Amino acid sequence: MSPLEPVRAEPDPAFTVTLDGREIEALPGQTVAAALWTAGVVSWRTTRGEGRPRGIFCGIGVCFDCLVTVNGRPNQRACLLPVRPGDAIRTQEGTGHED
Amino acid sequence: MSTRLTCDVVVIGAGMTGAACALYAARAGLDVTVVDRGPVAGGTTGAGEGNLLVSDKEPGPELELALLSLRLWAGLAGELGAPIEYEAKGGVVVASSAEGLAALTDLAAAQRTAGVVAETVTADRLHDLEPHLAPGLAGGVRYPQDSQVMPTLAAAHLLRASGARLLTGRNVTGVLRTADGSVRGVRTGHGDVHAPAVVNAAGTWGGEIAALAGARLPVLPRRGFVLVTEPLPRRVRHKVYAADYVTDVASDSAGLKTSPVVEGTAAGPVLIGASRERVGFDRSFSLPVVRALAAGAIRLFPFLTDVRAMRTYVGFRPYMPDHLPAIGPDPRVPGLFHACGHEGAGIGLATGTGHLLAQVLGGEAPEQDLAPFRPDRFEEEAA
Repeated sequence: MSPLEPVRAEPDPAFTVTLDGREIEALPGQTVAAALWTAGVVSWRTTRGEGRPRGIFCGIGVCFDCLVTVNGRPNQRACLLPVRPGDAIRTQEGTGHED
Repeated sequence: MSTRLTCDVVVIGAGMTGAACALYAARAGLDVTVVDRGPVAGGTTGAGEGNLLVSDKEPGPELELALLSLRLWAGLAGELGAPIEYEAKGGVVVASSAEGLAALTDLAAAQRTAGVVAETVTADRLHDLEPHLAPGLAGGVRYPQDSQVMPTLAAAHLLRASGARLLTGRNVTGVLRTADGSVRGVRTGHGDVHAPAVVNAAGTWGGEIAALAGARLPVLPRRGFVLVTEPLPRRVRHKVYAADYVTDVASDSAGLKTSPVVEGTAAGPVLIGASRERVGFDRSFSLPVVRALAAGAIRLFPFLTDVRAMRTYVGFRPYMPDHLPAIGPDPRVPGLFHACGHEGAGIGLATGTGHLLAQVLGGEAPEQDLAPFRPDRFEEEAA
């Protein structure tokens, strides 16, 4: 069942964003994390020390586990950031900054 | 559960100072129990940056204690290894004006006579040390002895290494005394702990513990915020701060003082301080203070303009009227010892404090004269 059904949501039309250059669909009002989950992606960052996969943990902006690079800016919380048409989302390795 | 424990020493406070007191007392052969109303490092220890500094201290007893403490920290780092994130990274103090540089150079000269290593850095060499520093600074001084630990980890590992009995979540509600007034232990919400010696290592709350024993100890909170950035590759190599920081540390003002202090950490985030205000135990967030911290840090490191601050934390330095801690026996209450009131220098001074206090507990003459730190020194002024 689509999550839209129980709440009878009628969102505006979907738009396209990219994850590492691959196009995925997102709905208005979704966060980056929600759009990634809907596309079946559950991890989009690797840790600084040991390169382990990370995605949503708390989902409410507290834990900073879901950091992601969007439109060139690293370390943004995917769970809080509203997704916008044309966003270029990139998986983030380590600090997300060039060494 | 009610317990009745007997040991040689009760240490009140499972922060950095309490942990160091426990470690050195245990190594002196004493049976130690540490009691804290909260968790390990739940007070000021968990709200600091973990600085082990000589650079911000003028010659005198505090600097002497800092030099002793740094030697002890280096030894502990060798024993405990990487888990406490000890980094002997050095400090760099920078001046933005010629007058500021002259004052800094004078301070460094005085510190050298006290045993501090202080290397003058001319303006054209500053960027060899810190490539991302702002242009146009007048010069600076490098202090290779300045170091850092991760304070929460350091407190936890020192406690573990001490082998002391650790009772967290137990509020001390009274100090037990014999008929002649000597200390014989503490009362907690979960029973009594008996010991002929009690160490007050309650940091900013040390005045309350002293009061339970009937002694006055004027420890006041001096609030500070720390701003934490997103994790970055190592761009700030030393602890870097502006020369006015030393003036702020020594000031007696109750009003807000901020001076930029910027340092990288082993984990990646850059820590930005330092604010000082005497506003009681008010934990509420202050946007003006945090703005001032960010602006000051950007003046030193312009690249921070594009870096995100993730969060802030707040803590209360244990401030005493003459900026010196209280260390040693309390002549007013036999068996009561104090190890608190280190203001913003408690992590750095913890090892020396614990070492000297263990010497006193063991009946030895302390390696450093404790007279300047006498806990009852404010009585004379009042009288």
